[in-house]
Amino acid sequence: MAQPFRIATAGRLGKADPVRFTFDGKSFEGLHGDTLASALLANGVHLVGRSFKYHRPRGMVSAGAEEPNALVGVHRDAARRAPNVRATVQEIHEGLNAVSQNRWPSLSFDVGALNDLASPFFSAGFYYKTFMWPKAAWERVYEPFIRRAAGLGEAPDRPDPDCYANRFAHCDVLVIGGGAAGLSAALAAANAGARVILADEQAETGGALRYETGAMIDGMPGWNWAQAVTADLAARDNVRLLTRTTGFGYYAQNMVGLVERLTDHLVSPATDQPRERLWQVRAKRVVLATGAIERHMVFPDNDRPGIMLASAARTYLNHFGVTVGRNVAIYTAGDSAWQAALDLKRSGVSIAAIVDCRPDPQGPHVEEARRLGIECLTGHAVTGTGGRLRVSSIKVRPVSGGAERTIACDALLTSSGWTPAVHLFSQSRGKLAFDAETQRFLPGNAVQELVSVGACAGNIDLGETVAEALKAGHEAAGGVARKLPKLAADSTERWSGGMLGAGEGAGAESTAKAFVDFQNDVTAKDIRQAVREGMRSIEHVKRFTTTGMATDQGKTSNMHGLAIAAEMLDRPIPEVGLTTFRAPYTPVTFGALVGHGKGRLFEPVRRTPMHDWAEAHGAVFEDVGQWKRAWYFPQAGEDMHAAVARECRTVRQSAGIFDATTLGKIEVVGPDAARFMELMYTNPWQKLGVGRCRYGVMLREDGFIYDDGVVGRLAEDRFHVTTTTGGAPRVLNHMEDYLQTEFPDLKVYLTSTSEQWAVIAVQGPKSRDIIAPLVEGIDLSDDAMPHMSVREGMICGVPTRLFRMSFTGERGFEINVPADYGRAVWEAVWAEGEKHGACAYGTETMHVLRAEKGFIIVGQETDGTVTPHDAGLSWAIGKKKTDFVGMRGLARPDLVAPGRKQLVGLRTRDPKTVLEEGAQIVADPDAPVPVPMLGHVTSSYWSENCGHSIALALVAGGHERMGETLYVPMPEGAITVEVTSTVFFDEKGARTNG
Amino acid sequence: MADAIARTGALEGRFLNDEGITLVRAEPATRLLLRAPETALKPLSKALGLDLPQRPKASVSGGKRAALWLGPDEWLVIDENGGDLMEDCASVSAFHSAVDVSHRNTAVLVSGPRVEAVLNAGCPQDLSLDVFPVGACSRTVFGKAEVILWRTERDAFRVECWRSFSDYVFMLLEAASRDR
Repeated sequence: MAQPFRIATAGRLGKADPVRFTFDGKSFEGLHGDTLASALLANGVHLVGRSFKYHRPRGMVSAGAEEPNALVGVHRDAARRAPNVRATVQEIHEGLNAVSQNRWPSLSFDVGALNDLASPFFSAGFYYKTFMWPKAAWERVYEPFIRRAAGLGEAPDRPDPDCYANRFAHCDVLVIGGGAAGLSAALAAANAGARVILADEQAETGGALRYETGAMIDGMPGWNWAQAVTADLAARDNVRLLTRTTGFGYYAQNMVGLVERLTDHLVSPATDQPRERLWQVRAKRVVLATGAIERHMVFPDNDRPGIMLASAARTYLNHFGVTVGRNVAIYTAGDSAWQAALDLKRSGVSIAAIVDCRPDPQGPHVEEARRLGIECLTGHAVTGTGGRLRVSSIKVRPVSGGAERTIACDALLTSSGWTPAVHLFSQSRGKLAFDAETQRFLPGNAVQELVSVGACAGNIDLGETVAEALKAGHEAAGGVARKLPKLAADSTERWSGGMLGAGEGAGAESTAKAFVDFQNDVTAKDIRQAVREGMRSIEHVKRFTTTGMATDQGKTSNMHGLAIAAEMLDRPIPEVGLTTFRAPYTPVTFGALVGHGKGRLFEPVRRTPMHDWAEAHGAVFEDVGQWKRAWYFPQAGEDMHAAVARECRTVRQSAGIFDATTLGKIEVVGPDAARFMELMYTNPWQKLGVGRCRYGVMLREDGFIYDDGVVGRLAEDRFHVTTTTGGAPRVLNHMEDYLQTEFPDLKVYLTSTSEQWAVIAVQGPKSRDIIAPLVEGIDLSDDAMPHMSVREGMICGVPTRLFRMSFTGERGFEINVPADYGRAVWEAVWAEGEKHGACAYGTETMHVLRAEKGFIIVGQETDGTVTPHDAGLSWAIGKKKTDFVGMRGLARPDLVAPGRKQLVGLRTRDPKTVLEEGAQIVADPDAPVPVPMLGHVTSSYWSENCGHSIALALVAGGHERMGETLYVPMPEGAITVEVTSTVFFDEKGARTNG
Repeated sequence: MADAIARTGALEGRFLNDEGITLVRAEPATRLLLRAPETALKPLSKALGLDLPQRPKASVSGGKRAALWLGPDEWLVIDENGGDLMEDCASVSAFHSAVDVSHRNTAVLVSGPRVEAVLNAGCPQDLSLDVFPVGACSRTVFGKAEVILWRTERDAFRVECWRSFSDYVFMLLEAASRDR
């Protein structure tokens, strides 16, 4: 019979459509609206996994997000294979394919279960003790073993094909949790006119009303009221209702992270539909209505499939219409579990017994159980269970001692009371207060704008819960006191009682496996052993035993573990401490956190206006920061070496055209512009004439080179500053920082113009001939426009700032035109260039040509520890200046000490040998290890123009070593080099002007 | 001598019209980045023909020219009629800095009933009409790019960004548009 454990008269799925799904390859039928857990239980399947350490058979413990056991893989297709999905959360859909984990070869016969027999060897702290020696065994034996055993589930091995969305949101009132408390708060806040966001982790709101059949609110059964209010709220413009949405993290200033699951419950989501959406909500007020989590009882062999929380069995029955067994026993220390027996009994399920460890529980539920003829064993404890893949019996004896009795059952429901879900409150940095009377940690003083209501605040009375939630919502929305809304709410159910720690039969002398933490297989014995071995703080106990460290973060187990440790230490619970609650509340996918920021949107890719031209002309690109820059332009049959050699030759013989758009540009404007420049750069600027340029060096306060670039003076009060490509944003910040904090009296403003201008460098002896036909209104003659000058005029009919400057050592121009004209002007220049045999060249050739001239690149020749003196740029420091950023830093003793690493040229003895950048330099390669290292190679290239390799290097006392022979040790042997000047080509610099 | 050439923007041909959202490349405009102390605001306002706003997030517009407050001494002035903003300010002798950024920025016009949700995919600001009314503007972030948002109508924003970031901004807008 299909779904033999479905009870037609129970639950709310009623005539829902049947849904077929598979578990471990076997086909099952469930109903639309089922979770994987409820659907499996409807088919009588409790065994769904093997435990992490001992591979013990395990079944569903809960019916919600706190589930420690029922973790399965859900495989939508080859790429979508999600591990560790909680069967109690995953909704089924047609064709859902779930598989069990941590078992081989099969779930019912698992070789790893041998670990259970060997469990004396796997005691607490096992990992810390066992794998210590011999040392050699670590790599070959221990690590592979641990790696295979570690982790639960199999990570998918293909890229995630799904997309994920991100949304920032603001609201007046954010309510987390859609049970009686959350709905009341949201309703009151919405009625008061506030912008409300209500998030609930389940597919439908309702919370505990899902199973609390004794609740009546506003004259309706609780569940019906919840659905009516939800429909009301969903229809309002000022309410955003988010189901399947978990509030997982509470951050500073009421920023709360929510993750909304959009497609995991759908049969075939559209390909462009996000799987999940991350909400980053900034709320004026937060109402936490996160409820409470039921704890299991700790007793020997309390982990067999079929043993679950009482509230879970009620959920399966009252919501899903599924009974978890035919003959069900209850073991409890609190009142709420009695209701499970009553519900089941009324649905025709046999109750084997209610075992309550309290001597004399009282109340209508007790009377009703007796009236229904259920055997009520008060003052009794369950001291053991039988069964292999499913519980088949329990052992019961009086707490006061006496004969043990075995009672047959096919399910056992346990409850030791309720732990308020204070996770988000604690994440908000609110302090928890221990309530000794009820043995609970409750929210203390809040430090952010939030309020906790209902069960998470320790309230166990429905009427009070609804009243305090209405008040909280109303006040959070700024409602006036006299308009405080009211709702009649009452429940026949009781939530009192409970206990913490191990029960009878799992006491200090017991060697039985009484599980505290199901997911990490931690028993009461393990906790005690940790204390015996010297752990005093719960933080230590936790790490030694791993209790509470699994993906469920000990939602059902932490309080038990703490109580057992406290008992062993004979100290009150608050003194032993509570481990920190950290985000996320439940696991969050990386995809949700990454959101849109993957693939093409991982990082902005910046392209210049000439990019497409370069691409069409075969350019190979390199990444420079976020920019794509043309690296070299190989022609047919050329490799990089050949292309760069040709480009280098062509520039010096004729001309080359280069896209320099990416250089940073800053416009410095104001009557104090020159004074400001004097302070920011080492160079003198006051006397730089309008229309002239200067190479500027910028230092940090500590005297080290920060950036460099050519600066043109366009007017008395206007400078066009260029920076390195990578330095553009930080140089502007650096300048703005000093302007605002150190020199606020200066009348000057800074504006980034990096992207205003496309820059076309034309370099080489033919450069003037190439641009001359295109330029209008500028005299290009050497007299009128010498090297290092700037003119404004027209090119190709559009405005230009034309620089005569050179980073190649050739006569050169840099044409700045407004960016939208860049491509057209480039093509015009290219057409002229072709008449002169010019080439387009990329960054590699630019690097080689500048190295031939000994020009440094900041970040290549410098590394944040290089002064202008070290770099051979002493000439760029204004000798008469009285102040500039870095001036005092430069005078520090270490910066003027002899023997500093200084920039030199290197020539290899074999001219064909090209050194490796970064290679170390030594005086004697045969010196005993450690060989004293003198410095390293910063730049190294084959120079086609020189006919030999060239290199720049930082070498200790380098300026005094001209002509010395040094060595670059390499794996194949030391390379002999000679220390030279940094200028390898046209040492007199005649070509720049010629 | 070549004839004057036309502007070629960064988002040539880019367009998206999806359910409830439209992305259109803005027409080329003249832009001015204005920095000025309070003392220069009067003559600058007169020269530009706009009352430079002094309230955070405020803008003023008249005809096809608008000034957007970016900071206590900073404005972005946009002219969609091709007016010469630099020339207009040239006559003002009071200390200020006017820099032509016509080509530095490019803009996407984002409109439709879903506009707030689409922009909130990458912008952390509260864009609800009460907090970000028509005419409001702000220099902020959209994903990993700096942008200037300007609400031109109830359901329409102008998103200004630097030229080379426009491809990223447009793609992120497209991705956000798919999140219905």
